[in-house]
Amino acid sequence: MANKVVSVNPHVYAPETTTTIMRDVIIALCPAVVASVLFFGVRSLLVEAVCIAVAVLCEWGFEKICKRPVTIGDLSAVVTGLLLALNLPVTIPLWQAAFGALVAIVVVKQLFGGIGMNFANPAITARIVMLVAFGANMTRWAPAAFSGAPADTVTAATPLSIIAGINGVSAGTNTVADLPSLAQMFLGARGGSLGETSCLALLIGGVYLMIRKVITWHTPVAFIGTVLVLTALLGQQPLYQVMAGGLFIGAFFMATDYTTSPPTPAGKLIFGVGCGLITVCIRVWGNYPEGVSFSILLMNILNPYICRWTRSKPFGGVKA
Amino acid sequence: MKKSKLAILTNGIIKENPILVLILGTCPFLAVTTQASNAIGMGLAVTFVLLCSNVIISLLRNVISDKVRIPCYIVVIASFVTLVQMIVKAYAPALDSALGLYLPLIVVNCIILGRAEMFANKNGIVDSALDAIGMGVGYMLAMLVMASIREIFGAGTWFGMKIPVLNDNNISIMTMAPGGFAVFGLLIAIINKASHGKAIKKKEFGCEGCPSAGSCGQKSCDRKEAAA
Repeated sequence: MANKVVSVNPHVYAPETTTTIMRDVIIALCPAVVASVLFFGVRSLLVEAVCIAVAVLCEWGFEKICKRPVTIGDLSAVVTGLLLALNLPVTIPLWQAAFGALVAIVVVKQLFGGIGMNFANPAITARIVMLVAFGANMTRWAPAAFSGAPADTVTAATPLSIIAGINGVSAGTNTVADLPSLAQMFLGARGGSLGETSCLALLIGGVYLMIRKVITWHTPVAFIGTVLVLTALLGQQPLYQVMAGGLFIGAFFMATDYTTSPPTPAGKLIFGVGCGLITVCIRVWGNYPEGVSFSILLMNILNPYICRWTRSKPFGGVKA
Repeated sequence: MKKSKLAILTNGIIKENPILVLILGTCPFLAVTTQASNAIGMGLAVTFVLLCSNVIISLLRNVISDKVRIPCYIVVIASFVTLVQMIVKAYAPALDSALGLYLPLIVVNCIILGRAEMFANKNGIVDSALDAIGMGVGYMLAMLVMASIREIFGAGTWFGMKIPVLNDNNISIMTMAPGGFAVFGLLIAIINKASHGKAIKKKEFGCEGCPSAGSCGQKSCDRKEAAA
């Protein structure tokens, strides 16, 4: 390159690039992928492959059409596709999964300017679009293998929909006896989306990300802690609430997205607490049994305001 | 600067398309474009009201005092809307129930009031009629495109005809409000791209075309110019 541009100082060299960070996220998601295959069978790999392939293809195609630099090498489209797949039920028709990946990359990410410019998490938004568009397919949960469900069961309620049924929020004939044991919940032998069921696998991935300093503890701890405390106060079986639904995958992998969450520790804490608050409100009083994805999307929208409130003062700087 | 008759007629179809370029009357646009047949019905109703009101207001433009012009326009427009509503109720009850509230709401449709204020107010009868037809056709075409996209992908039908594969695999969000907004945004983007941003700009309106010119007092919308 003949024309090198020197940017404004400070000139700090860091070995991390978008590619290395995204590679770490993919590595951290591997346990969840393994768990999804264990509990939901080989078709989960197919769903994941379709989502990733369509996401990368859409990114490449859109950038070619708009004559932008092609950024598929930074692996961010792979992460988006994988995260979306892990948020889908195993029985989802493949073309609907592909539609979700297209929405995530083209509508949510590229139309707003590509990586670093999107106002909301692409995977979360695409999941919500799919939930609204294909409501029936998005909530038809296959029972996990080894969950002890009778072999002829075609669908299985998620723990959260069982709880919603017990509370009388939604129509359901399930009772407390239908709830899986806490150990089953932790390992992931329950109904749910591909990657959200196994808290153990997600926890391994989350800890790996923290050790690699890709994410900090603030958002996940604030998010999960808020849900734990609030559901305990409301008498809503806090341990089930924390492990059920997409809370772990949301707290570790979605709410910590760099583009759509605050950079400062204080901002991260506010972001996490807000997510937890909205999640509990939707779960306890809302129409949907699960609120993690909505809570993250709503806090994504509040993110610019949180950033403004928590802007750190530069050393020696004066009040603006 | 006098425009040719043809330019006035075609003005509303692409260059100043009331929906996709001027962004007027978007509420019924988003609400009734779930079916292509609704789009045609609504488009015809709006075109009829627009044509009649433009002609009448153009006729009365030297009689109506500037200070009470808006109420006068509304009375003229409301008369024709009532007429349309009665006709549709009597001869096309199915369309009436499909359009629902949005039929009487044509009274407050920005396109009609906007054309009265911006065009019929200061042009002759023939020009005003041509402008109304052009704007009406532009509105109907935009409605038809939007409704076709939403109906084909959202319900898997077009004018009620079932489309083989899509009918079983519909994307129902397209017929809901969020899908409407998304398709609307994409259409505007495509029109902007296709016209290379040459579609009408704010400056071209000038102060004489601006509804709030009376209370504004500035000579130009560009603040620096006004200050200088």
